[in-house]
Order: sequence, then C-alpha cells, then structure tokens
Amino acid sequence: MSTVNYYGFRTPPVDTQKRRSHIYEVIWKIVQYVSLTFFSLFSVVPIVSCVITAFKTDEEYQRTNVMSLPENPLNFRNFIKAFVTADMGRAFLNSVIVMLCVLFISVVIGTQLAFILNRFKFKGNKLIRNLFLVASILPAVAMQVTVYNIMSSLGLVNHLYGYILMMCGTDVISIYIFIQFIENIPVSLDESAIIDGANYWVVYWKVILPLLKPAIVTSCILKGVAVYNEYYCANLYLMDKKLHTMATSLYTFVGPMGSQYNLICAGVIISLLPALIVFIFCQKQIYSGITEGAVKE
Amino acid sequence: MSLELVKWIKSKKGQQTLIIFMFTLIPLLLLFVFTYLPFAEMVKFSFMKLKYTTPAENREFVGLKNYIDVFSRDDCFSALKLSLYYIVGALIQLALALYLATILSFKVRLGNIYKGMIFFPYLISGIAIGFIFKFFYTRGFVFDTILGWCGFDLENLPYWLKDQSINNWSLVATSIWRYFGQNMVLFLGAIMSIDPTLYESAALDGANRWHQFLHIILPGIKPVLTLNLILSVTGSLSAFEQPFVITGGSNGTGTYFVIMNTIAHTTQKVGLASAMAVVLLVIIMVCTAFQKMIMNQLFPNDELIIKRAKLRAVREHKRRLTSNNSVRFNRR
Repeated sequence: MSTVNYYGFRTPPVDTQKRRSHIYEVIWKIVQYVSLTFFSLFSVVPIVSCVITAFKTDEEYQRTNVMSLPENPLNFRNFIKAFVTADMGRAFLNSVIVMLCVLFISVVIGTQLAFILNRFKFKGNKLIRNLFLVASILPAVAMQVTVYNIMSSLGLVNHLYGYILMMCGTDVISIYIFIQFIENIPVSLDESAIIDGANYWVVYWKVILPLLKPAIVTSCILKGVAVYNEYYCANLYLMDKKLHTMATSLYTFVGPMGSQYNLICAGVIISLLPALIVFIFCQKQIYSGITEGAVKE
Repeated sequence: MSLELVKWIKSKKGQQTLIIFMFTLIPLLLLFVFTYLPFAEMVKFSFMKLKYTTPAENREFVGLKNYIDVFSRDDCFSALKLSLYYIVGALIQLALALYLATILSFKVRLGNIYKGMIFFPYLISGIAIGFIFKFFYTRGFVFDTILGWCGFDLENLPYWLKDQSINNWSLVATSIWRYFGQNMVLFLGAIMSIDPTLYESAALDGANRWHQFLHIILPGIKPVLTLNLILSVTGSLSAFEQPFVITGGSNGTGTYFVIMNTIAHTTQKVGLASAMAVVLLVIIMVCTAFQKMIMNQLFPNDELIIKRAKLRAVREHKRRLTSNNSVRFNRR
C-alpha cells in the first residue's frame, strides 16, 4: 500500500507489522519507566520528607506543611542539636568498635569452622552442621527471652564486650557463605601444600584464607549491615547511655522529645548517612553480597 | 608417656585432631552459650512461674499452666491471626520484586539509579524506620499531604496507625517498603545468571517479552522464587520489627512476638513468654520441615541447581566488574 504524501512524493509502503511492534516497543518503554519512577518515589519519599523536615526551624515546622520546602536549606542547627543531644559522636565510635570486633571475630572463627567442616571427615561433622542449621531457624527475638537471663548471670550486660560476644555467637549465615566458597577451592591445593611440608595451620592461613577473600567481603557486608543496624539487643544489653550505638542513640528521642520531628528527622538522617556513603561506594559488592548471601538461607 | 604424646601430636592423626579441636572449640562454645543453653532454659522456664529477678530457689514449678494460658488467653495465640496480613504482604512484596527485577533485567537507562533508590531502604536500621514511618503516617503529615495532592479529602482519610481497620495494612506496607528492594536485587541476580543465548534464540523464534518472561525467566529463577515464597510463611509467623518500632503493638497491631516481648520484658512473666516462644518455635520447625519436603518434591536436587545458578551469577558478576561494567546484554 503506497500513498502519496503532501509534497506529492511516493512514500515507501509501510510495513504494518513493523509499525505495530514499534508501538508495542513504545508502550513497553512507558510502562517500564513509569513503574520504575513510581516505585523509586515510593522508596525515596519517606526519606526525602525527613530530609526536608530536618532543615526546618521549630517555628517553621509548627507553621508550615511537612512537605513544603524549608526556607533556609542550609539550616544545620537541628543536625547539630540532634548530634549533641543523642551524643552521636560517641555512639558512632561505639558502633564502629562493635562492628570491627564482630566482623574480625566472626571472620576468623567462621573461616576456621568452615575449613574444618569442609576439609576433614570426622565423627560429629554432620552433627555440627546440623546444630548450626537448626540454630539458623530459631528467631532471635524469641531466644532473647532467656538469653537475657544468661547474659546477666555471666555479667555481660552493660559491657560492649558482652554485646560483641553475643553478636558473634548468633552468627550463622557467614559460616554458610564460607562453607560454600571453600567447596569450590580444589583440595589439590591443600595437598600440594602439605607435600611441600606445610601443616594444617599453614594450609588454612596461606592457602585457604587468601582464596576466601571474596567470601570474606560478602560476609562482612551482610554482617556489617546487620550489626550497624541492630537495635533490639543493643537496647536490651547496652542500657548505659555511654554505651549507646548509632541505632540505639535514636532512643534518646523517644518520650518528651517524641513530637519534635524536625529534630528527630535530623537524628535519623545522621544515623543513616554512614550507610548511605558506604552504599554509594560499594554498591556492586553489596548487591553481590545480597545475591550470594540470601540463596542459602 | 609424654614422649608418646609428643609423637602422637606430630603424627598426621594427632595434627588433625588438634586442628579440629582448636578451630571448632570457640564457635561451638558460642553456639552453645547463646543458642542451645537459652533454648534449654526456655523449655525449663516454660513450666515455671518466675521473673528475671526471681532467685533460682524461689522459682515455682507450675506444670502445663503456661501452655494452657498461651492457648486460652485471648491476647496470645490469637495474635497469630495477624500473620495473615503479613503473608499477604509478603506475596505482594515478592510479586512486586519480581516485576521490577524483570523490568530492570531488560535494557533501561539509569537502571542503576532506580535500582539503588529502590534498594536503599533495606540498609536503614529498624529503629530509624520506626521514626520515619511514625512521622510519615501522622495525621496531616507526609502521607496525608501526598494523598491531598492526589485529590483526596483529609476529612475522609483514616488515622493510618490508630484505625483498626487499616493500621495493620499500614505496617505491612512498611515491611514491603523495607524489603522489596532487597528481594528485587535477589531476583535480578538470579535472572542475570540465566544463559543470555536463550534470549537470543527466543527472539529469533519471535518470542515477545511476555513469552520470554514466561518461558525463560520464570523457569530460570523458579527455585529461588519458591524458596522465598515458602520462607515468607515462617517470616510472617514471626513478624516483629514493624509493629514493635512503629506502634509498639497498640491498637490491635500486636503480633505474636510483639506480645511475647511485652510479656517477657515489661510484665516480666518469663514463664508465659517462654511457653509462647516454645509454641511458636515448634510451629516454625514443623513449617520448616514441610518446606524442606515441598522443595525436595518440586526440585529434587534444588541445592545443586541453586549452587550452579549462584556460581553462574558470581561468574557473570565478575565478568561485568572486569569489563568496565558497561556490558549489558541487550535482549531485543
């Protein structure tokens, strides 16, 4: 079907099939971008509304609608006040200490245990695996009913090291990540090292551990996020104000300050800034950590 | 004697025993102290009447009374009904995550930015989420304002956290908000590990996107999807964080664990709380056993499949990292 256009030239026949697929293509693109935009907004709006409110003065917060932009977008007074009131400098330090210790300990014991479980056949190997498997099913909140009792009888309540120990003790997922990774390291590497005169410690230290680096990164990311954000146990076992972590420092705003949302929002934004910064710089590692870590749950 | 010991230690067998002992002692000790000892205590406490402060000799043995209470009190076992909300929420969450993962798996401009924005809530701590959403749902604040822009009248809007007909849905929405990005990343990883040549041959056969989704993507991620579907049941039974941090369980939003937590740490009825925990743990274990059976029925060697899929995902991921992250196969 050829037509004559306005200028009197013959236009080539239109391939209707092609045109239809072109229309589908356009509709598909629209659906794609509309859904993505909608759900991105859905994810971001609650946080953005907090950011907006955090920049408002008390008077402005009372007077204006929460979604109207702040008059002075460089008003950092709430941030400073929240930082000081909740003693967030100290809280951040505590969080970093807890995180570094927990990551270090759980990487060391996790890789060692995985090394043993994967490389040695002995009575009890299966039993140990099953013990950890069952432990991963038990929900943490339920366990805290009695863990609390044990922590206090061991004198571990209100000490950073007690909390650190507990956080290491309830770690199961990273062990699975390590076991999965070790399975893919050929045993022949161990054997040749042993033939060269290495003992098992050297095999672990010089052969296995360096090759486990990707798994260590993965588990540190998953565990790091979990530890930094943990608030339930931290609130239970670190009641002393000086021992507050970044997450529990937000409890300062519960109570009399409960309706000063411009201050609270500033606190919330400060607490999630470190996560945001790490996220921006390690996106790829975080995504692959999620993909690898969640599969074996 | 000691010479023999030294000899044994130097032997291969001795070396093995030594390293096994050295490397398993601490993790097993931690596992025992923080998981199995509390578990045993919990079972013991569930037959007693006590507070945290009660000295050991004053603990009173009450037999099955706590268990009878769990089922007869109207605030305990019946709270499990709220799990239904969270199961529905989990289904919506998985469907959304799958939809967005599929969209993102095709070529999209700014795909990484969308992905990042949708994923980020997963990295926020529970307590911060509590504050954000208390603020978000307050009368006349963020959510009401946005609905106002869309033409809703404030007068007709319910109190999102107080109105019993809606508040559980508000909390479920929060849960979806928090986790659907994480699920999306998970599914996207699985989709990306599907052999890209499959799409090419499908496109040659004239398959459109829906066909590609139905016949390539869906079968490719079926194990991961099923696993997550099944896990959402146990996850919903133990729903805790959102009601705990946002409403504290008030106005009929107290899920089973929120109520257990209050009973344990506020009213200090440790015996009753332990019985509640034991009851739910038994339910969860039964569910988990069922899940294992279902998975084994559906995917006889699912572990193998998942492992292979994961390996492919890792390889694909590394390839992408090394090739300057610009390679993104175009599936048209």
